Amino acid sequence: MARGGFLASTMIGFTRALARAMASEQIARQAGLLQSLDPRVRVIGLFTMVLAVMLSRRIAVIGALFVVAVIIAILSRVGVLMLVKRVWLVVLGFTGVIAFPAIFLTPGDTVAAFAGGPVRITVQGVQTATLLIARVETAVTFTSLLVLCTPWTHVLKALRAFRLPQEAIMMLAMTHRYIFLLVETAGQMFESRQSRTVGLLKGAEGRRITARSAGVLLSKSIELGNEVYLAMQSRGFRGEIRILSDFHMRSWDYLGLAAFLFAGCLSAWIGR
Amino acid sequence: MLMPPMFELRDVYFEYDGIPALHGLSVQIAEGESVALLGANGSGKSTLLRILDALYFPSHGQVSFSGRPLTPEALHQEEFALSFRRRVALVFQNPDVQLFNPTVFDEVAFGPLQMQWSKEEVLSRVGATMALMGITHLRDRPPYRLSGGEKKRVALASVIVLDPDVLLLDEPTSTLDPRSQSQVIDLIQEWKGSSKTVITATHQLEIVDDIASRVLVLEEGRVGATGTAAEILANYELLLRANLVHAHRHSHGTITHTHPHLHSHSKHEH
Ligand SMILES: Nc1ncnc2c1ncn2[C@@H]1O[C@H](COP(=O)(O)OP(=O)(O)OP(=O)(O)O)[C@@H](O)[C@H]1O
Ligand SMILES: [Mg+2]
Repeated sequence: MARGGFLASTMIGFTRALARAMASEQIARQAGLLQSLDPRVRVIGLFTMVLAVMLSRRIAVIGALFVVAVIIAILSRVGVLMLVKRVWLVVLGFTGVIAFPAIFLTPGDTVAAFAGGPVRITVQGVQTATLLIARVETAVTFTSLLVLCTPWTHVLKALRAFRLPQEAIMMLAMTHRYIFLLVETAGQMFESRQSRTVGLLKGAEGRRITARSAGVLLSKSIELGNEVYLAMQSRGFRGEIRILSDFHMRSWDYLGLAAFLFAGCLSAWIGR
Repeated sequence: MLMPPMFELRDVYFEYDGIPALHGLSVQIAEGESVALLGANGSGKSTLLRILDALYFPSHGQVSFSGRPLTPEALHQEEFALSFRRRVALVFQNPDVQLFNPTVFDEVAFGPLQMQWSKEEVLSRVGATMALMGITHLRDRPPYRLSGGEKKRVALASVIVLDPDVLLLDEPTSTLDPRSQSQVIDLIQEWKGSSKTVITATHQLEIVDDIASRVLVLEEGRVGATGTAAEILANYELLLRANLVHAHRHSHGTITHTHPHLHSHSKHEH
């Protein structure tokens, strides 16, 4: 298959999948572990976990954190099959592209050599690639859990409680709420491109079109963000989001917070 | 003393990064009027509505609401901003922009909550509005998963819950099938009663009669003509010039003739 065609069809699959995954705010309203915690605890807790993943340099620790993420997912009614199909495979595809060259480019002990020497796979290269993929997979899993288990207005209010600047919050909120819409748009863009060019795109041409689409997508997302902000203003939003549910920290929430902080610090320390 | 008009625009200019959208537009809209903004794609309808809703401010010229200038400074004052936002409501052209909450209930409750109404008041107003709009059964559904007609009704509910004095509607029916279209128009009329001001942007001639007593035709960013619905609809030259109708050429044997063609339902989209 032509490379452009392959790229485009992968993109279509990816965007469709992500669209469905992100649109499932249903999960956010079911009873589950994360859902039972105060949104502020969810935000801090999962952020701590992401940080721990990023700070850990040991694959075993990252593996353990991954297992923790899966357990949290199951207890929060996020289907593992859904995570496999809609998060893990997608991330693997994307990170794989970045990690793959590292296998060859990292200097170190040679495992196998090709083309008479210059192209070599090294132990260090394989380690670097594995670590990168494991890290991104685990971090994205924790992030997805937050996104899937928390209605965006709650995330917004929780972030506000941490006195984050208004602009930063709006940006995050728009990304959170509108990612699925953008992603759907991306999917449609690729599909319509695809149907017009019927897989005839090759190499450079394919890349150029992809780059241009990404540019269009970026400006679309900025525009969409602006529009939504106007729509919110029009209904009286003036920087401070107000929602019906009040946040209350109960002992259960403090317990959850302590557990997250403990697990995060511990793994960052062991994995250092 | 004479009541100031609801809206008064004087010589208003607006441009998007150098691309002019409004070009010396002046208009007055009185309280209780129902006005249609008629114009082809790109004639500046949405831009004008956003200026009326004080989301955009003109680069030149004045806009006032009930005699009070609408400026960024005025909207920075909490008291004025809240009362203006409660009194003037805009239903956006694109419902996916307008509907940003996780459920229909949250969507309708968003405005009242920003107005800092009490919890009881929010609950009762939201309940009553959902019943009026016939969307009570959609209460817990995510708005972006609804049909086009349902989305429009939720979008309407999300603004009329504040009981505004002025309703600004941007293409309220353009993407709807004829049945949902007449439903939405009925809802608007039922809500309007006699005292509300309703300003509707559209390029659908067939709904003008139902939604407006006065029509403003926008051409190239200014008011090209104004009159009653009947006057404007009868002015074929004007409609042709404003790209609201197109002439169809037919040949019958050797004779070629032209006749007007009114834009009808469902042929348009955005
Ligand atoms: N965000 C924007 N950035 C740049 N130009 C814009 C933007 N929005 C509108 N315009 C331009 O301003 C002009 C007026 O646009 P506007 O959306 O007000 O027209 P409209 O009458 O609502 O059209 P339609 O019937 O298609 O909704 C058009 O020429 C349009 O291209
Ligand atoms: Mg418009």
